[in-house]
Amino acid sequence: MKRMPTSFIVMSLLVMLFLYLPVVILIALSFNASTMGVAWKGFTFQWYEKLAMDQAILEATVNSVVIALASTGLALILGVGTAIGLETRQGVQRPWVNMVLVLPLVIPEILLGVALLMVFVLCQVHLGFGTIIIGHMVFNLPLTIVIIRARLRKLDPAWEDAARDLGATSWAVLTHITLPLLRPAIWGAGLLGFTVSLDDFVVTFFVAGPGSTTLPLKVFSMIKTGMTPEINALSAVMVVVSMVCVGLSWFVQQRSTPASSESSY
Amino acid sequence: MNESVVLDKVIKTHGLVRAVDHVSLSIQSGEFFSILGPSGSGKTTILRLIAGLDRPDQGDIFIQQRVVTLDPPHERPVNMVFQHYALFPHLSVFENVAFGLQMKGERQANIQKAVSHMLALVRLQGKENRLPGQLSGGEQQRVALARALVNRPVVLLLDEPLAALDQQLRQEMQGELKRLQREVQATFICVTHQQDEALMLSDRIAVMHGGKLLQVGTPQEIYDHPVSSTVAQFIGLSNVLSGNIARCEGGLCRVEHGVLSPVMVTCFPHDSPQGAVTVMVRPERVHVSSDMSVNGYDNMLQAIVHHVAFSGNEVVYHVRLRDETIWMARVPIAEAQACPLAVGQPVYVHWWAHEGLVLPAHPAPC
Repeated sequence: MKRMPTSFIVMSLLVMLFLYLPVVILIALSFNASTMGVAWKGFTFQWYEKLAMDQAILEATVNSVVIALASTGLALILGVGTAIGLETRQGVQRPWVNMVLVLPLVIPEILLGVALLMVFVLCQVHLGFGTIIIGHMVFNLPLTIVIIRARLRKLDPAWEDAARDLGATSWAVLTHITLPLLRPAIWGAGLLGFTVSLDDFVVTFFVAGPGSTTLPLKVFSMIKTGMTPEINALSAVMVVVSMVCVGLSWFVQQRSTPASSESSY
Repeated sequence: MNESVVLDKVIKTHGLVRAVDHVSLSIQSGEFFSILGPSGSGKTTILRLIAGLDRPDQGDIFIQQRVVTLDPPHERPVNMVFQHYALFPHLSVFENVAFGLQMKGERQANIQKAVSHMLALVRLQGKENRLPGQLSGGEQQRVALARALVNRPVVLLLDEPLAALDQQLRQEMQGELKRLQREVQATFICVTHQQDEALMLSDRIAVMHGGKLLQVGTPQEIYDHPVSSTVAQFIGLSNVLSGNIARCEGGLCRVEHGVLSPVMVTCFPHDSPQGAVTVMVRPERVHVSSDMSVNGYDNMLQAIVHHVAFSGNEVVYHVRLRDETIWMARVPIAEAQACPLAVGQPVYVHWWAHEGLVLPAHPAPC
């Protein structure tokens, strides 16, 4: 094998450094005993301990997790249904349908936030958990649909035919064949959606109400009063949780059951 | 014998294509029936129509004298073995085979018994817990058979059952299919594009082309008396010569061709073909020799050796006639070695009048 040119390796390392150095520094500083600045004063877990004691942060964490679970769960139920509907033989296969579906993923989030807020205010909806969950579903739903549809397209239609031939009704085909074969994609979409929802700031900022502060909002408000090592610790936890979720999402989609009867053997 | 499956003037259109065009068929119970045709001839569509996976645009389908045209698949006593088996990849061998019985709501104990029995029948004991991906092609094929047969179908539909297997396995499975049919005593309807497979396995064969049924008959009938040149071509390689009937009396016809010398062909005494015809002679009935007058054959055409192919126990000579068509002659190896022919050598092609077939050039639709 030809060796990669040294310049290439150096470039790659620089890119990696650029991407991950801030995260590494952040995690390192969360173990720093110093209360102020970046000077290393020794290793400590005290910021994590303090974090665990902080009632407001715990509350925000619970809020975030509840919102992420709810919006992801709802997005999965609606998204799987929509994807299956779109991919059936009689499904709507028009380009504009696809465009409309993925639009929320590409339009600037701040627009989404403002637009959602306007809608909620116009309809006089009380801002809070409900509005945040709906707001998160706006990007969670297209994400789910895209992932599930990609998987559905790889499923061999002969499986459905075979199941029907063996006496399965449409409902039995769905529960015994389609959904089990979609399981990896459902997990993948769910984990990804959960992460995105957990980390979302912009949309949440616009549609949150009193008593529904999420973790990113909490971090933002804490920073306004000054950077503390506690924030570093909190951020470190969030980074690790996000990475684990995204990693898991990738993993379950990779080692999924073979997607077509021909390629699998 | 009673009829197992009947198709009555069935039409099915896919988009602009008539996949199945006015097909009427009657398949007896217990028969091994093959539908033979090139890809795209509509044979798989016929299976899907019988299975209920597709609905005909027109016409009716009967299974055991009952109209099933609009019945969904799960209400028909029919099961199918799919071309690439379509085994459920997330279910074990046992669960795959048990699927049909589970859908019918059978009791667990019965399912256990029936599946074990069926797996024994296809010789797959001990592989119950494997996933389809962990099986060889032949084993997957047997799981697919077991999965269909465990439901005790009146009719088993097989879509190119042996196409995905290698040559040796294919021969093994041919015997296996016949054995299974004897044991389960169901009607087998098999779709294939392999004429040798159809000839070997079937009690009767239907030859399809372009959505139309060309001929139905026993392998022997179809091989010896094809109704048209398309059937003859498809059922086995054949040499073709187009011409016009010049005279036809007492079952002997004289066919004239613009370039080649006239040839004599026997036909049934009671029919006297007229006009444009196709004369066919099978390669094993053609004799090639460098000698102009051997044995006083009825027919003789001049040709040039174009290619010589050796295939173990015989030699296949490809010769070019004067009208540039290529004919083939299969000659036993001993005979070929006795007087070898070289490429480029002028030769004479001989055959007896009764070994040729005279067919109308444009067959009437069947």
